[in-house]
Amino acid sequence: MIPRDNGLEASTSLVNVSRRGFVAGVGAGALVLAVGLPRGSGAQQGENKYGADGMPNGWRDDPKVFVALAEDGTVTVTCHRQEMGQGVRTSIAMVVADELGANWNKVRVAQADGDEAHYGNQDTDGSRSLRHFFMPLRRAGAGARMMLEQAAAARWSVPVSEVRAAEHAVMHTPSGRSLGYGELARAASVLPAPPRDAIRLKDPAQFRYIGRESAIGLVDNQDITTGRAIYGIDARAEGMFYALVARPPVYGGKVASLDESEALKVPGVVKVVQIDPPSIPSEFQPVGGVAVIARNTWAAMRGRDALKITWEDGPNAVYSSDSYRQGLEAAVRRPAKVVRNEGDLDRAMAGAAKRVGAEYYIPHLAQTPMEPPAALVRIQGGRCEAWACTQSPQVTRTRLAQKLGLPEEAVTVHVTLLGGGFGRKSKPDYVIEAALCSKAMDGAPVKVTWTREDDLSNGYYGTVSVERLEAGLDTNGMVVAWLHRSAAPTIGALFAPDPKHELPLELGMGFINTPFAVPNIRMENPEAAAHVRVGWYRSVSNIPHAFAVQSFVAELAHAAGRDPKDFLLELIGPARQIDPTDLGDAWNYGEDPKRYLIDTGRLRRVIETAAEGIGWGRQMPRGRGLGIAGHYSFVSYVAVAAEVEVGERGAFSVPRVDIAVDCGPVVNPDRVRSQMEGAVVMGHGLATSAEISFKNGRAVQQNFDLYELTRIATAPREIRVHILPGGDYDRPLGGVGEPGVPPMAPALANAIFAATGKRIRRLPVRDQINA
Amino acid sequence: MVTALIVNGTERRFDGDPDMPLLWYLRDELGLTGTKFGCGIAQCGACTVHVDGAPALACQTPVSVAEGRNVTTIEGLSPDGNHPLQVAWRELNVAQCGYCQPGQIMQAAALLQNTPNPSDADIDAAMNGNLCRCGTYPRIRAAIKQAAKGGRP
Repeated sequence: MIPRDNGLEASTSLVNVSRRGFVAGVGAGALVLAVGLPRGSGAQQGENKYGADGMPNGWRDDPKVFVALAEDGTVTVTCHRQEMGQGVRTSIAMVVADELGANWNKVRVAQADGDEAHYGNQDTDGSRSLRHFFMPLRRAGAGARMMLEQAAAARWSVPVSEVRAAEHAVMHTPSGRSLGYGELARAASVLPAPPRDAIRLKDPAQFRYIGRESAIGLVDNQDITTGRAIYGIDARAEGMFYALVARPPVYGGKVASLDESEALKVPGVVKVVQIDPPSIPSEFQPVGGVAVIARNTWAAMRGRDALKITWEDGPNAVYSSDSYRQGLEAAVRRPAKVVRNEGDLDRAMAGAAKRVGAEYYIPHLAQTPMEPPAALVRIQGGRCEAWACTQSPQVTRTRLAQKLGLPEEAVTVHVTLLGGGFGRKSKPDYVIEAALCSKAMDGAPVKVTWTREDDLSNGYYGTVSVERLEAGLDTNGMVVAWLHRSAAPTIGALFAPDPKHELPLELGMGFINTPFAVPNIRMENPEAAAHVRVGWYRSVSNIPHAFAVQSFVAELAHAAGRDPKDFLLELIGPARQIDPTDLGDAWNYGEDPKRYLIDTGRLRRVIETAAEGIGWGRQMPRGRGLGIAGHYSFVSYVAVAAEVEVGERGAFSVPRVDIAVDCGPVVNPDRVRSQMEGAVVMGHGLATSAEISFKNGRAVQQNFDLYELTRIATAPREIRVHILPGGDYDRPLGGVGEPGVPPMAPALANAIFAATGKRIRRLPVRDQINA
Repeated sequence: MVTALIVNGTERRFDGDPDMPLLWYLRDELGLTGTKFGCGIAQCGACTVHVDGAPALACQTPVSVAEGRNVTTIEGLSPDGNHPLQVAWRELNVAQCGYCQPGQIMQAAALLQNTPNPSDADIDAAMNGNLCRCGTYPRIRAAIKQAAKGGRP
């Protein structure tokens, strides 16, 4: 049996060294371990399902799906989650290889096409890959290992209990005989898989890769460092064309008039095609516009510049950030929809010895992965084939099939590496554009590339919000009343007309599930209308919520004359486990509230660890300050302690950050560390300089000259990551990709306050210190 | 008009638009996709190549400017992919998504050519034009220093 079609044959016409390498590695003699385990459940209506069970198409743990073994001993692990820098291709292979007893040097990774019926859920967001697939992938590896043991025992006619697999071979201990995995591949492939309840997982004490600080390099290191790694923007096919799209500058706008005559005169331009505007809400559909299809990217760029288009902007032309902000401020100053209520807030406020209130503004953000959206699509012989840097290949496949009127089986989505994702590439509008262009070219391959201006003008922006907090303190400085109003346009506006209020998943991102030991609490969510496509940006609503809450805690500490770290710990209260549904959060990142309780002890420990790391309480020279923040998100716990140095004229630098993470059991410590480092840098950027604002419905910041990201010279100079012991591997895993981001901005703002006495209530900081 | 240039040691002739940025010539015409597009306005460094040994932004360099010159891309930085920077990048697992790393490595290679033992300030000055959205800067700095020390960690 040869490996199931991963689109490899179809892709051989691509200049795609990674895939060619895979084909060569597996070779014609490759064997797939032939087993067939039923699929784990996916989301069904009317049932409460959690974790991977709750995701569309659930999970698989079938060795046949994930493990291929060639007669030369090469193991190919199929990665069904998308690589965008979190290291998932390496980490998934580590999990399978460890349980399989494989020698790492003989492990290769193949990237799965979009096919959730075959692989289980593939939507790579929400910091879920290892959280949901650690156990299924362990079972897949262990099942394959047991089949190899069984094959060896049969070969030697000995009881299977006398053989043991390790180091890419099966040994018969009494006789000292040994057979390599490659030698057993053919025999193992015809065996049935052990039933799920018979799977013997490795004793975690015997793990060689999982959780180990090791010399394992990223599986894509060689390709990345030599320029051979293939991203969506790099996809090539014979006879291909290149397209750029002129899109309406205002969401919901459309072409009023078009003159393409000059564009068609540009050498290399072959066609100009209109893309229909979508109905609103537009979900993942393209925003419409005019595509220029050419023989190379440069010709398409020049052709697009030569288009004469007048746009009809539509109602969102009223959207300007300054006035919108005033609207949100007005909204949070009035009573609004109550989303959590405990005790008697009004009475507690009235009786408080001291009342403190503050408002915080967090602007829109753009994910700006360094690789802008791009995809190559061809439609031939009634089949559509896409090569795309997508976080969600199955969603892409479904939407392509719908758009083209093809059965889903006729659509193949090959996933390239993603040059960053951060939520932007969960939405396949750019792949649909490429499909429409290909269709207009009679199915010839067309690659659509977004410029950075396109990315910033027609994004799925992180939301904008105003957060108002009020608290009442008693005579001892204890918080007795806590009111939080959060006003922000919702992601829900992508899917439903004018939903006005935050979705449960947004409320549950560090807003209503704030685990503070305060007797009287009320959270309210005023209405807010969306005028742009609001999408998810790495860690999503945790960014505004954590910034406001963790800044306000430090403000209260100051008002009470207390140390901010001690005050924060006191507000969190003693170590205890809280059922998130008791806080009104029925979502809890999709996880079972009984299995994933909010553990304030773990939250306390990351705060204490970060504080200890940075030397909290030490005497600081003039102009320097420490700040701290801790936040629960994606069922993990992260705290950041930051040191800032403020110089002349308000310029400041960040000499050091200590970030502590408790994400439960750790699979790949090096990638946990790198995700925390990256989160600190991304958090620094949104805290200090990055902002998307709108004027007359148009994004003001069109490129990296105005959308300012953190650079090497301004990045925190020293980032120390503290990974808390994860304990037993039976414990549930937490997320890693996102939870490092939210605590960074408030930690910095708190450090700035400590250094200067200047309280930052509006992001980004920019030149506020001096103002 | 034909533009003649040398790319990674191979003579090339291009009879297309001489104003085409070297970036798109390399990527679309030659299939050398290791040179990346990130911004198109000299703000991100993802397209950094060497022209006659000096770092250049391929998105800002019309192909005609490369007439008669030697262009080196990440694919041609070393014959076996073992430039000390490439080795250090792998040993320290610098990359996350990896997209900006060819530009980072090309910029760093130019830095080490002129400044074999760069200080932090030297690294800041040379590398500040190269954005990394994943935030790999601490490891980029460490890898440059490791390569500068002859590969010793």
